[in-house]
Amino acid sequence: MNLNYLYSLIVVIVLFLLAYVGVALPGGKTLFGVIIPYLAIITFIVGFCLRVVGWARLPVPFRIPTTCGQQKSLPWIKSANIDNPSTTGGVILRMILEIVFFRSLFRNTKCELKEGDKLSYEWEKWLWMGSLAFHWAFFTVLVRHMRFFLEPVPACLQLLDKLDGFLQIALPGLMLSGAVLLAAVIFLFLRRLWIPHVRYISLASDFFPLFLIMGIAITGILMRYFTKVDIVGIKEFTMGLVTFNFHIPEGVGGLFYTHLFFVSILFAYFPFSKLMHLGGIFMSPTRNLTTNSREKRHANPWNYPVKVHTYQQYEDEFREKMVEAGLPVEKMPEPEPPEEPVAPEEPEDSEEKE
Amino acid sequence: MPNNQTMYDKGKVVVGLCIFVILVTFPVWYNLGKAAPAPELVLSDKAKAAKECVEETSYMKAEHMQILDVWRDTVVRDAKRVYVNSKGKEYEMSLSNTCLDCHVEKAQFCDKCHDYASVTPYCWDCHIDPKEMK
Amino acid sequence: MSDVPTPEELLSSIEPKPSATGWMDTPVEIKKGMYCYASNPKSVEYVGLPYPRQWNPKDDDWQLPENWQEIISKGFRERLDRFRSVKIFMDICVRCGACADKCHFFIGSGDPKNMPVLRAELLRSVYRNDFTTVGKIIGSIGKNFKKVIGARELTLDVLKEWWYYLFQCSECRRCSVFCPYGIYTAEITIFGRELLNLIGLNIDWVATPVSNCYRTGNHLGIQPHAYKDMMDFFTDDIEDITGVRVDPSFNRKGAEILFITPSGDVFADPGTFTCMGYMMLFHFLQEKYGFDITWSTYASEGGNFGFFTSHETMKRLNAKMYAEAKRLGVKWILGGECGHMWRIVHQYMDTMNGPADFLEEPVSPITGTKFENAKATKMVHIAEFMADLIKHDKLDLDPSRNDHLRVTYHDSCNTSRVMGLLEEPRYVIENVCNNFYEMPVNCIREQTFCCGSGSGLNAGENMELRMQGGLPRANAVKYVHEKHDVNMLACICAIDRAALTTSMEYWVPEVEVTGLTEMVSNALILPGERERDMNLRSEELPGMEGDDAE
Repeated sequence: MNLNYLYSLIVVIVLFLLAYVGVALPGGKTLFGVIIPYLAIITFIVGFCLRVVGWARLPVPFRIPTTCGQQKSLPWIKSANIDNPSTTGGVILRMILEIVFFRSLFRNTKCELKEGDKLSYEWEKWLWMGSLAFHWAFFTVLVRHMRFFLEPVPACLQLLDKLDGFLQIALPGLMLSGAVLLAAVIFLFLRRLWIPHVRYISLASDFFPLFLIMGIAITGILMRYFTKVDIVGIKEFTMGLVTFNFHIPEGVGGLFYTHLFFVSILFAYFPFSKLMHLGGIFMSPTRNLTTNSREKRHANPWNYPVKVHTYQQYEDEFREKMVEAGLPVEKMPEPEPPEEPVAPEEPEDSEEKE
Repeated sequence: MPNNQTMYDKGKVVVGLCIFVILVTFPVWYNLGKAAPAPELVLSDKAKAAKECVEETSYMKAEHMQILDVWRDTVVRDAKRVYVNSKGKEYEMSLSNTCLDCHVEKAQFCDKCHDYASVTPYCWDCHIDPKEMK
Repeated sequence: MSDVPTPEELLSSIEPKPSATGWMDTPVEIKKGMYCYASNPKSVEYVGLPYPRQWNPKDDDWQLPENWQEIISKGFRERLDRFRSVKIFMDICVRCGACADKCHFFIGSGDPKNMPVLRAELLRSVYRNDFTTVGKIIGSIGKNFKKVIGARELTLDVLKEWWYYLFQCSECRRCSVFCPYGIYTAEITIFGRELLNLIGLNIDWVATPVSNCYRTGNHLGIQPHAYKDMMDFFTDDIEDITGVRVDPSFNRKGAEILFITPSGDVFADPGTFTCMGYMMLFHFLQEKYGFDITWSTYASEGGNFGFFTSHETMKRLNAKMYAEAKRLGVKWILGGECGHMWRIVHQYMDTMNGPADFLEEPVSPITGTKFENAKATKMVHIAEFMADLIKHDKLDLDPSRNDHLRVTYHDSCNTSRVMGLLEEPRYVIENVCNNFYEMPVNCIREQTFCCGSGSGLNAGENMELRMQGGLPRANAVKYVHEKHDVNMLACICAIDRAALTTSMEYWVPEVEVTGLTEMVSNALILPGERERDMNLRSEELPGMEGDDAE
């Protein structure tokens, strides 16, 4: 039984305790409030860029996009401009749909063997919905948090808050994105645990970010709706971080620092993990290339000459037989033909052996 | 062999990374050269004299919205208008008459923090700040 | 096929769930019927591939070179530096599992290591251990920690596991359609097989065709005179059937177009009927419009098993296509019905062996249509070519001759997911027969299933594997057979024609397999032909039997 989730859970609990207890120690607030967040964000930015640059330094020797629709060929056949994009515009659309709406994942189906001998492919959009909800909610939460880092707060953020809280339930008003984020991340976790094949392939590094984000969402929700924090003090602190004018607020407790620490860990962990799919998807050669492979030559920077078997060598070996069969040759046979190279055995029977 | 010092698709990658870095560090640029200290509340003389609101300051900071919410429901639904605080002191449950009596200027009190934290409570959808009316 | 389980046995042996033991703790078991024989050392040696030797996958000792780990490690590094695709696909998989039940080998076997994600993890685990900082740091803490993050050392068992499962992937790239990042397991399989090739771990069904192809120009090792003989034989057959004698030309300099098709069409039924189809089509066009095309005995193979060995071998075998076009001085190349040949032509040939600046932009000499989509590579697919002819009403067709057929169409993995050649063959089919039925939507076009035997796996000894892999395709055929009484499966791939025939015999024996051009030429009215009472298979046409009595 795959228990990798336990390891990740333990790590996240240890991280929680570290921050919760650590912040009470002398200097703890500076460490968890200033030093670690700075290190984390620097690691994130530098690490992310280095990873992407690392990929960019690798050539794309062949044009290998996956085509998911009709090619552009004869003028009277309608081509699939997005799923089989022969133009850069098409590729851009394809990438937008892929990155913003997870188009490929939307195709997902579930295959089952029914009645012992019938394969069926059923509607399965839960993974798509779960991950779309997760990513969009996380994105919204991130953007909403900009209110702690910008002064004055731009009107568009206020609008976003309004939209996010349009239900006007609970006090302070419930932000849908937070609730959806927590629900989606729990769904993604349970899915990993319950579906036998997905559990089979899951590594600790698949569970760790889920627990971490769960931790972030839970601490955030606790602070906003339940334990309450001095929001003005926190904004003063966060503004201090982005204006390099540090100010440790008084009376802000362990929960806030745990929240911040989890976020810091997530940022720092990002460039070293599968979370780099954020950058990777932009660079995936099966999606980001035009499919006009026969129309426009693609150059391979490391293309090197190889040893080939030339027509000359071929004719030299088979000249007599060719002449005998009435096939044209470049050179008529000489009295003494050159020695034949050693050849492998011919297959006795090259197709189906019934 | 490929020369791994070269960057392929350099233009696109560099532009992409620049956008990424600018987005991530956006708050730094946005706030550049500005200090953004927490707003200082201006308390009216009456408020200063009272020293304490209907409850303790720290409690008010965190829970004032809950109190107002409870007040509204109690007044509107149960027609009860008297609030007894934790120390047994009585207050009229009224935003305009109790709260604004001390915190005379909404702009100098409520709005300061709400704007700073980008919070837009819907109190003022119905209630009127008498000062703003003038 | 005596050792192969019956269809019922096979269906009931599909594992519904993975075992409770983790995959890293489940050692590979090399099962009979699931693997291909090791390569014949003579074949490996002839093309100069590394470490030719006699070895047997069933033996404990694979006779590996002493420093095999070093070779693999170096090869791994080199390829990570050469292919952005490989590096990114190693780095960004999130193991969401969307690819799992998209693989025909997984569907047919239930073996979790056939889930594309896990097939890639087999290599990724070693990548994590040897090539990532995190892997090295965590690995240094202890072996158990490695397992938790999915890292492991490359041991002999791991290597065997690689070999076993990389030759259970047919590089069909169906999983890549569903992957949110487009992770392309075929690219990982290609990469993994390249590594195996470095220490001489090839399979014979790939290595021997490669060496044949290098020497004689085609996988089957048909020498030029024998090639000519086969074609003469077809010429006689065509004359028997139609009363018309076709006259194909070979290696002819100055022809306008060079025709290249897989050698399977020349050698193995039912591909041979497709080959006869080409000959009749070209004869028709020549008689009517002065069409000028030549075959080549040197470039007598469009397919390229080199692709299943390494990129370099692929390039070495592919080179002859442009070389022959140049030598003969043709204007452009027309390509026959083949799957992976078209993957290579479409995505690799021009890059590897181009630019083809000695050729001209392809223009149909009959309709004047410019094939702008083939402007650089200068090679046109026969389905594109025929669709254009039919659209311009240049073929005299009598589709009623195919009335006894109830046809469905199998998109080859390569032409659909590499090119997007979806409508052209359908247009052709709809014009040459009257009964065409599509299989269910999740099994066609870009979501088509592999025949189960692609990428060099259509040997005899791995029949159980092939029938497992063939299940999803066959099941869809069975569906249309039961629903619409379909009795003919059309395809445009030589491996399909061979593999689907076997797969149909096993799963849906009522259905036969045909090439596209065979159907075209059955409907094609040749100038001066006698009344047709037989199809190209020399089977009597229903409804025509009585004609003689009149």
